[in-house]
Amino acid sequence: MTETATLKSDSRLEKIMSSGQFAVTGELGPPKSVDIDLIRKKAQHLIGKVDAVNITDNQTAIVRVSSIAAGLVLKEMGLEPVIQFTCRDRNRIAIQSDVLGAAIHGLPNILCLTGDHQCFGNHPTSKNVFDIDSTQLISMLKQMRDDAQFACGEEIKNSKKAEPLPPCIYIGAAANPFGDPFEFRVIRLAKKINAGADFIQTQCIYDMERFEEWMKQVRHRGLHEKVKIMAGVTPLKSVGMAKYMRDSVAGLSVPDSYIERLSKVEKSAAADEGVNICVEQIKQLREIEGIAGIHLMAIEWEHRVPEIVEKAELLPRPQV
Amino acid sequence: MITAQRKPFDEIYEFAQRHKKILILGCGTCVTVCMAGGEKEVGVLASQIKLAAQEKGDQIEIVEHTIERQCDREFFDEATSRIINDADAVISLACGVGVQFCVECFNEKIIYPGVNTTFYGATVEQGHWSERCAGCGDCVLDQFGGVCPIARCSKSLLNGPCGGSANGKCEVDPENIDCAWQLIFDRMKILGRLDELEKNVPVKDWSTSRDGGPRKIVREDIKL
Repeated sequence: MTETATLKSDSRLEKIMSSGQFAVTGELGPPKSVDIDLIRKKAQHLIGKVDAVNITDNQTAIVRVSSIAAGLVLKEMGLEPVIQFTCRDRNRIAIQSDVLGAAIHGLPNILCLTGDHQCFGNHPTSKNVFDIDSTQLISMLKQMRDDAQFACGEEIKNSKKAEPLPPCIYIGAAANPFGDPFEFRVIRLAKKINAGADFIQTQCIYDMERFEEWMKQVRHRGLHEKVKIMAGVTPLKSVGMAKYMRDSVAGLSVPDSYIERLSKVEKSAAADEGVNICVEQIKQLREIEGIAGIHLMAIEWEHRVPEIVEKAELLPRPQV
Repeated sequence: MITAQRKPFDEIYEFAQRHKKILILGCGTCVTVCMAGGEKEVGVLASQIKLAAQEKGDQIEIVEHTIERQCDREFFDEATSRIINDADAVISLACGVGVQFCVECFNEKIIYPGVNTTFYGATVEQGHWSERCAGCGDCVLDQFGGVCPIARCSKSLLNGPCGGSANGKCEVDPENIDCAWQLIFDRMKILGRLDELEKNVPVKDWSTSRDGGPRKIVREDIKL
């Protein structure tokens, strides 16, 4: 069997990872208005620097341009989007409809997420959905792709006589090694792999020790051989941001050593130091057995991505 | 039990102000236990309305009455019916079930809700009630060590905790909400059943929940 015959989708990200090359994904948050130029401006920085770009789905429960719509803008620019799907706002009917929608527009990568609770966003009085959870979402996508069946068991075809035409999806999932209970974290990953995840992107890593500990458990179960794990990193722009991440984001711990380094330099040089830390982290993470790529979440900092990937020696990106 | 909280006084007074003679109708079951709508609370509310009416110069006559249950026809006896019919309107301190049942029994009477019906819960300690059940119609407690992820996880997750679980608490309100999945994990560990949590739980059939419309139970074996 040739390599292409085993591919599950048309995804460039899948081609890169399944050929054993180290992958890099970025992240882009769509605007809170119809400012399409802002999407293009942010995306411009990422062309040729990453293999695919996550498009967030109303992150932190704030209304933004839909991830599929913003993903199409990136596709027009030659970038490959990873469409984030959360379970917060849509039931299984709406999600499957959007999966078909993404597929007909040639958007193969879907990242399955639970979704931030609406109390953190700009519509805290809204009703959440959570008809299904992120693990069940993965199973649903796998069933759609591999069995050509909707969640209800019906075939994905337009009429009785028609041939089934299922979507080809490269299925992603998230893992958070820093949430509690720690012992459950690797179980949760195993369940997502069992459900059908092809690749995993982790929560942003600062606590390298705990991450290494988690990876040990991952390798112990042989999970790194069943799925492509991308280590998540977010450059720290300032001491303030580092402290915010440490104090206000559940389950994230930022080591004092990073905070000290950012405090020691002049305020104007803190961002550069943040880039240095990020580059060091990427190099360290790359050495860990079982890491297949880096997911670089440079939040509202897309313009620094080219510098980070260059310094981390991740360029040029492979042509596939 | 069904728990409830009395509505803010201003909201209730606005109902009362619309009429000359108001009956405050208490319920002797759940809302008595959770101290929102029993005989005692009827008395307190009546005094508050009288005082406010005096201050504002409103003419409102207040009648107090409490029955054992407002969700059962047999407790609306003749005396109660007379009192209800005699009033211009009723402020019911029963849960939403009681209010609606009262409406069904007294079709032409205006019945106002005096409490906000909140959840199915337990008394954790004096003055503290906490939700335990969402009434989804298909109990899964056996799978989760007796802790309900549907009612107690902020996202009703069935396959484990989200990333917002830290130090046993839910990020939605770390001061006040325990992470249901931490509770499930701890309990299954005590029971030596952690391996069961490794099984993928399929999507839930919500048709037994409120998503299927108003639910009913009909038992032919006990119908008269």
